[in-house]
Amino acid sequence: MQSFDPIILNLILLIPLAGAVLVAILPDRAKLPNWIALFTALFTFLLTLHLPVNFHLHQPGFQFEINRLWIDNPAISYHVGVDGLSLWLVVLTGLLAPVGVLASWNAIQTRRKVFYSLFLIQQTAMFGVFVSLDLMLYYGFWELSLVPMALLIAMYGRKDGPKAALKFFLFTFIPSAPLLVAILWLYARTGSFDFVTLRILLGHGSFSSRAMFWMALAFLFAFAVKVPVFPLHGWIADTYSEAPVALAMVVAGKLGLYSLLRFHVGFFPLQAQAAAPILIGLAVVGILYGACLALIQRDFWRVIAFAALSHFSLVTLAIYGLTLTGWNGAVYQILSLGIVEGAIFVLLGALENRFATSQIASYGGLAARLPRAAAYFVIASFTMIGLPLLSSFIGEFTILSSTFTQVSRGWGIAAAVSVILSASYMLWLVQRLFYGPESALAGKPAPDLRFGELLAVTPLVVLMLVMGVAPNLWFNSIQTGLHPPVQQSTHTQRPVILGDLAKGGRVEGPGVALHAASATNQITSREVQR
Amino acid sequence: MNPTPGIYRILPEVILTLTGVAVMVIDASLKPQWSRRPLGWLAAIGTTLALWASLWQLSLPEGTGFFGTVETTTFTVFFHVLICGIVLVALLLALDTLPTASHHQGEFYALVVFGAVGMCLLTSAIELLVVFIALEISSISTYILAGYRKQTGRSPEAAIKYFLLGSFATAFFLYGIALIFGATGSTQVYDIAHLAPTAQNHALVVIALAMLLVGILFKVSAAPFHIWTPDVYEGAPSPVVALLSTGPKAATFALLLRIVYEAFPTLHSLWAPLLWVVAVLSMTIGNLAALRQKNVKRMLAYSSIAHAGYLLAAFAGIGSNGIAAASFYAAAYAAMNVGIFAVITLVSGYDENYPMIDDFRGLVYRAPLLGCVLIFFLISLIGVPFTGGFFGKFYSFSAAVDGGALALAIIGLLNSGLAAAYYLHLAAVAAQRPSEEADRTAAPKPQVGVAVSAALLLSVAATLVLGIVPNGILRAAQSGAHTLQAPAPPMDPGSAAPAVTVESPPKP
Repeated sequence: MQSFDPIILNLILLIPLAGAVLVAILPDRAKLPNWIALFTALFTFLLTLHLPVNFHLHQPGFQFEINRLWIDNPAISYHVGVDGLSLWLVVLTGLLAPVGVLASWNAIQTRRKVFYSLFLIQQTAMFGVFVSLDLMLYYGFWELSLVPMALLIAMYGRKDGPKAALKFFLFTFIPSAPLLVAILWLYARTGSFDFVTLRILLGHGSFSSRAMFWMALAFLFAFAVKVPVFPLHGWIADTYSEAPVALAMVVAGKLGLYSLLRFHVGFFPLQAQAAAPILIGLAVVGILYGACLALIQRDFWRVIAFAALSHFSLVTLAIYGLTLTGWNGAVYQILSLGIVEGAIFVLLGALENRFATSQIASYGGLAARLPRAAAYFVIASFTMIGLPLLSSFIGEFTILSSTFTQVSRGWGIAAAVSVILSASYMLWLVQRLFYGPESALAGKPAPDLRFGELLAVTPLVVLMLVMGVAPNLWFNSIQTGLHPPVQQSTHTQRPVILGDLAKGGRVEGPGVALHAASATNQITSREVQR
Repeated sequence: MNPTPGIYRILPEVILTLTGVAVMVIDASLKPQWSRRPLGWLAAIGTTLALWASLWQLSLPEGTGFFGTVETTTFTVFFHVLICGIVLVALLLALDTLPTASHHQGEFYALVVFGAVGMCLLTSAIELLVVFIALEISSISTYILAGYRKQTGRSPEAAIKYFLLGSFATAFFLYGIALIFGATGSTQVYDIAHLAPTAQNHALVVIALAMLLVGILFKVSAAPFHIWTPDVYEGAPSPVVALLSTGPKAATFALLLRIVYEAFPTLHSLWAPLLWVVAVLSMTIGNLAALRQKNVKRMLAYSSIAHAGYLLAAFAGIGSNGIAAASFYAAAYAAMNVGIFAVITLVSGYDENYPMIDDFRGLVYRAPLLGCVLIFFLISLIGVPFTGGFFGKFYSFSAAVDGGALALAIIGLLNSGLAAAYYLHLAAVAAQRPSEEADRTAAPKPQVGVAVSAALLLSVAATLVLGIVPNGILRAAQSGAHTLQAPAPPMDPGSAAPAVTVESPPKP
């Protein structure tokens, strides 16, 4: 298996693309596109599993690296690799691909060739974003990820697809203009697009603080829209309610959050520190604002959209708390949210597929008709709320405890209110969809979850449990990709950056995970006492 | 060393001229009821030969010919190949889309080829009067081609508008030549470069440069000289617009590069801010106006104005960096624009019964492959990575950033975000499912013939190659840029130029 190491990332990037071409060439007959897409996605997922299996926990820096010159002037290279930060995000992307195919199995009936080839291209683009270590390559994949998404929203939107697609594209495309200018400016000054080289150069402080400020702002702006961070969230509700299920579950969150952590905090630690108070404030506003809006929505996609805004804002809070514990929790929470949202989207998509409406008021009393769907939905909702022994609990409490103890008690308390709010809107949603008086819809004959849907949801639910019980399986490798945050005083800053590069950014010892676990334990015991 | 015969220096132009003449003569000797399609193939073959001839010119030593009036360098070969490629695609497109019953089909092909002669000569001429002649050759044939659908009202209107405004512009250009001759006593580009800095009447040189720029910027349809573009593009037949919006533009941009970098490098502080303003105006006006269009050709006309602006951003770059970026952009823009007009010709038909954006509704469903090709070109025009449009913009704006014009790059990129709106609108309309009743009224399924398929294939392949492996083309553009920047190449010993006295006057 080791012999795959040098080419594994090539395979992960190329196989979805090859699958897309295959889908486009072969005729659209008897679900052939579905099967090709499913096999491609499953195969790619198996390939991504190669990464954690062969990941060396004690080896510093990036692993599975490939670095080849692509264009000599300007010096753009094909430089890819993964570290602890991106490792599990790649696997998550791989996991959600077959889930997405299964979720679209019955939902997408027309023009399946177009759908599945664009879907697979989208996979390549997302893998590319996570593994690129060359800024131009990264930017290329970043932009490429927008196009299939926008086209698919336009073509398969539920009511007003083209409008939502346009909104999505403009919201995410326009901020990437300053990002590209910042990248080009960096290149003009340093002659390099390489992530590792640039991080050293930026850490040396060879740029004026004004230049650093503007560059950091350009990076931050582009990523904050994609997350989305509070005032920039205008696109998310429309996109969630229009996009096909398979795409809606990946559109927000992880790409932007990963980029914030890798490029904004990674490149501009001092600027991130300066911006942190503002971003923490915005994040808390986003947490509460999203949760409150989720309470009053009538369309379940919009509930999930604002719930997502609230949860992603919590991760943003963790990132800009600038504590190592918080970052561990942030990455963990991104993974957990990816899985929970995937499950919820599949289940709600199944409901919409059966009853052809997303208005919550039309539903009610479905639990008797669709017991399996109801059970899975309840588990997913509990995870989203953050019940102990489920995955989001670990992420949320790591984040909240690190905020409370190391950042600010006030913000920590304010953010913790979201736990109550998320319990309210999720449980209320469960109650309105599955329990209560039987609606007219409940009288309609509708089968419970089919085999394909079960196949998509069951692994996700199992993962929620496993991630809730044994978080160290993940924390052990996540922490190798995170660097201790920069301290306030400037004279310690340089040794820290150089020192951690020398060690490849590895934090010695299992302290972080233990710290996280003990923090959560304390809080739990406190909760229990009350 | 044997001097290179002058004829080799203009071999592509000679081949094209012979092709054009042959097409005209054969056309006249064919019976009226016979098909003229073979003439189109003949013209295409002649253009291909000219393309090979330009590539062959690379094996010649770089230098000038015909008494220092034309030169062959990597720069000229780059643009010759580009122009011949564009003309080839336009001819293939016309072969399948010109209605068989239309009048003067033979002349159509001949005019296209003659236009190509002018464009090619425009890039290789280094003597301003020859430049002027080349400009006229290419312009006159495009004036006629623009009016080719004379049975409609719009086409002659377009032709007359184009002709009147175009003649004004060329008059400016000619006036500029006269003034620069008055100031320096020469019309040869290298001599001007030597003599202009020490010219006694500096104001005259500045005015001459301004006049030349007016003429050139008109031809590339840069704001504020862009007024003619939408009307002409709307009125002229689509296969002609495919040529018009790419070929003469590429050639004129080559001329602009030659004028500003080779003839007036010392006036950099003067023309650089000027082109900065023109670039910003072009992209902003072009994009804002394009947002409001309902006719596809008008929309693309404004988009081509915006693209002229993006290309002009490269002129903020320093030296060869900027030249290479501009050359690359010209190639990328030509590849995608000629392609998209080919698609539009097929959808709207030669008679343009279906010219509106709404007529494209459901194209992906009516003609899946053609619809996907349309969306592909639109994506490239937006500038999404892994297409030619991306690297065009990338090089152009990185040249601008390199040259210190950070604001220009930001304005340009914001503009490309703005532009995405109308390109995507068209893409979204094309991808929309047509309603049942609209199905009956919609445009018929376009007929795609062999020649058109070849044309589309060529432009798709070019756009992809420019977007995925831009190395080769970029290197060609860079070596072209170096030859443009280099000091005057040696005169051919055989052509002892009578009027050339390069020595700058000794300073007292």
